[in-house]
Amino acid sequence: MVLPAAGDCLLRNAWVCGKYLSTRRHIILADLKQHVILTLVAVAIGFLVSVPLTLLVRRFRRAEGAVIGLTSVLYGVPSVALFAVLVPFTGLTSTTVEIGLVTYTLVIFVRNNLAGLDAVPADVRDAAQGMGMGPLRMLVKVDLPLALPTILAGFRVATVSTVALVTVGALVGTGGLGQELNDAFSSYFKAEALTASVLCVLLAITADLLIVGVGWWLTPWRRGRPQ
Amino acid sequence: MSAWGQLVDYLTTTANWTGQAGILHRLEQHAALTGVSVAIAAAVALPLGLALGHHGRGGNLAINITNVGRAIPTFAVLTLLTLSPVGIGNTSTVIALILFALPPLVTNSYIGVREVDPEARDAARGMGMSGWQLFRRVELPLGMPLIMAGIRIATVQVVATATIAALVGAGGLGRLITDGLSSHNQGELLSGAVVVALLAVVVESGLALVQRRVDPVRRLRAGAGFEPGAVTTS
Repeated sequence: MVLPAAGDCLLRNAWVCGKYLSTRRHIILADLKQHVILTLVAVAIGFLVSVPLTLLVRRFRRAEGAVIGLTSVLYGVPSVALFAVLVPFTGLTSTTVEIGLVTYTLVIFVRNNLAGLDAVPADVRDAAQGMGMGPLRMLVKVDLPLALPTILAGFRVATVSTVALVTVGALVGTGGLGQELNDAFSSYFKAEALTASVLCVLLAITADLLIVGVGWWLTPWRRGRPQ
Repeated sequence: MSAWGQLVDYLTTTANWTGQAGILHRLEQHAALTGVSVAIAAAVALPLGLALGHHGRGGNLAINITNVGRAIPTFAVLTLLTLSPVGIGNTSTVIALILFALPPLVTNSYIGVREVDPEARDAARGMGMSGWQLFRRVELPLGMPLIMAGIRIATVQVVATATIAALVGAGGLGRLITDGLSSHNQGELLSGAVVVALLAVVVESGLALVQRRVDPVRRLRAGAGFEPGAVTTS
């Protein structure tokens, strides 16, 4: 693709357009910011909700089928349908989008949290108990650090999927960069479509690398092994 | 009237089921888009995944396309295709649907064949089976549950993705939702949501049933409660 001369790429509706980037910078940045905030809030709330669910399943193993089953069924509901079904109750708001996004992270988090905790070696827990640790200290000091790599793997999948899913929020008027895609479609604006798409993918990759970095920093004993 | 009242009202009005924008025609469009896309994707991805698995090559490729696929928003691909020379319409939608069906198909068929018990593979070799016989009579049947899981995941994903295609003007059940939103018709909006969700659940459980049926180990140990682990990629 030939880069067009400055000034006329907007008129020619080019895919790559420097003038678009410079004149609409504030709109692009505002949508990007909304995209990041929607993602952060959804992933944070999703994880916070998954913690009691995980502990519940761990305490009452018979609840596992119900919790995993229910969250899987919700995960299977197409995003457009889930957002739509919420509209009569929470309206065309960011709340609608956040409820949908949080719902999709649950099965990812609960599964990974459980897999991580289940993989903590029994003899390590026995040793901790022998040292006089109570259930809470054991959870924080022993289970959590050892399960951390698997829990963080859940964060990676949940975050990357959420970044992509936020765009569908444009259906109900709050979709971060999805807003730009919507706009680009209705006005046939190529530069806007490509810019928003590239930014979505870059955001997902950046978030993924950040979580890998956090994992490296939090688990010094695993450095040098594959993440 | 409450939202649920409007939903019941919409679904019990015969006129809403018939005609070009009726539920039945939208369902038909949805099924056609899904069927064509899954068929083409399977025709491309299964031979590739099975061959890679049989020869034990390209494992990283299979995993990587899954990860990359997750990072690319469906809506972005649909918008880009619609603005490209492909243009608005079924071709753009089908291309997008195929792209999102490929990762689970390639990954699961690769893993299905690759993860066959090495002892079973050795035994087959020891019996003098050729590469093709090994594939056809050992790896393929034993890998079938995972291959089928890939087809199930891909199909469910395509059913969901076909709904998003309504955002760029394509047909299918998502149109009930976008039309309902733009005309402030909550009955139509909710009907679309409920029918799409039901379709997804029905397709998922129907294919899960097929997946259990094609498991030769399970058939042998019928009633023993043996449940192979499924590899999900999304």
